[in-house]
Amino acid sequence: MIPALEIRDLTVGYAPGPPVLEDVSLTVPGDGFMALIGPNGGGKTTLVKVILGLLRPWSGSVIVLGLPPSKAAPRVGYVPQMVPGRSFPVTALDVALMGRLGSTGPFRRYTADDRAKAMESLSFLGIGELAGRPMDELSGGQRQRVLIARALGTDPGLLLLDEPVASVDQETQESFFNLLSELNGRLAIVLVTHDVGAVSSHVRSIACINRILVSHGSTLPAEAVAEAYGCPFELVAHGVPHRVVGHPAGHGTGRDD
Amino acid sequence: MTDLLGHAFMRHALAASALSAVASGAVGTLVVVNRMSTLTGAIAHASFGGLGLAFALGLPPMYGALGVALLSALGIAALTSGPRSESPDTAMAAFWAMGMAAGLVFIRLSGSYAPDLMSWLFGSLLTVSRGDLFLMALMDLLILVIVGGLFKELAGISYDPEFAVVRGLPAPLLRGVFMVTASVTVVMLMKMTGLILVMAMMTIPASVARLSVHGMGRMMVASGVLALVLNLSGLGLAVVLDLPPGAVIILLSGTVYAVATLLARRRRGPGRRLRSVGTAQNSQ
Repeated sequence: MIPALEIRDLTVGYAPGPPVLEDVSLTVPGDGFMALIGPNGGGKTTLVKVILGLLRPWSGSVIVLGLPPSKAAPRVGYVPQMVPGRSFPVTALDVALMGRLGSTGPFRRYTADDRAKAMESLSFLGIGELAGRPMDELSGGQRQRVLIARALGTDPGLLLLDEPVASVDQETQESFFNLLSELNGRLAIVLVTHDVGAVSSHVRSIACINRILVSHGSTLPAEAVAEAYGCPFELVAHGVPHRVVGHPAGHGTGRDD
Repeated sequence: MTDLLGHAFMRHALAASALSAVASGAVGTLVVVNRMSTLTGAIAHASFGGLGLAFALGLPPMYGALGVALLSALGIAALTSGPRSESPDTAMAAFWAMGMAAGLVFIRLSGSYAPDLMSWLFGSLLTVSRGDLFLMALMDLLILVIVGGLFKELAGISYDPEFAVVRGLPAPLLRGVFMVTASVTVVMLMKMTGLILVMAMMTIPASVARLSVHGMGRMMVASGVLALVLNLSGLGLAVVLDLPPGAVIILLSGTVYAVATLLARRRRGPGRRLRSVGTAQNSQ
């Protein structure tokens, strides 16, 4: 099975600033379910951009579903943070159909097949009956399911969710994780969150990111690393295989190449 | 009123009202959902430079306006995209003012007082020529081909640009296409209400339509129909009251906008979920 994500010695940032991520290495197997946690400003969003091919690495290699990120992007089901909050004239089905953008070319309408796929995703997520409803009349949890339906639009090999639980209540979170776990049967999942409480037992591995990576299982005791880098000890000690990505407070911003 | 239809200028004015309603429905909707109404103001005012240049060179003013509108739209797009881009606000303000200034300079250089000037600033619906109508019809055709052919792409990039890029859509190209259609529409509507009032023609019908329909396609149709009704009734009212048609159309549109917005707010009232709830949730 091709790994969903293989990152080796990734260093990246926004020139001319200092690197946001340094020497990060991560692997998510083809059937993996990884939670990527870390403080705000720790580089989570930057990593998401690199995976999506929106940001080019300064050095190191990133392979997504066996391909360079920009080539793999159409097969990555991206679920952004709850965008857009602003009112926009679209129905749930309209949004789900956007998952088919790029599959059906310009100067053509969405095909019957596109519509069938979008409806299938909405139904799978239990919101088929909301298809014709305007997005801005849906609840936070419902809207999120629409965004996941959109991401499922092209049969992705990897589902990448950015802060998916930010605006969803506890009860919805539970059914949400059950849903992800079900999806995990057919694709790999990477879930990015700053909310440690949001990571459930369905997750198969955890990476904590705060600028650099320290790999667990090689030479450093994980618990100590976890504490030093501000990663949640309970989670790390939970028995899930994990990696800790972080940097000590006094590490500074210099970079030695 | 029926006698008036015997006059060519009146028939031309009616045709221009209908042709411009098509553009303000389709492109106005895109402008409103993208919250780019200031952009249309900037393009309109920038095109004054083109009008001045055309006066100075003795060319047809509409072509001068169109050329400069396109150039300034692409200029704004170039300045405001890319990693180290200008704030759209600043870029639009600069083009807005520079166009007006260039227009003044060209008019001075041309040595004439340019009596036509007022008509470009405030519209000249009653002096639309057959040639103008031909050009307007051509512009409508271009707009319909672009907006119709790229509907789902334009909707996708407007709703969630990042997702659209991940799906492989060429964002800069679509942005350019949007800018071109917006410029064409601005120039077309200028004939109706003048460059100063174009913003209202562009945004009011679409904003009112948005209050009662969901879905971008329906919004385009509804705002096109509304624009047509507003244009025709404004024109009729202006003729009856002997007032400038462009200004009457704008005043009528503005009144409809205010009343419709207030009514919609009341109808939604407490008890029904307001759109702002979703916004508040997501802005944390």
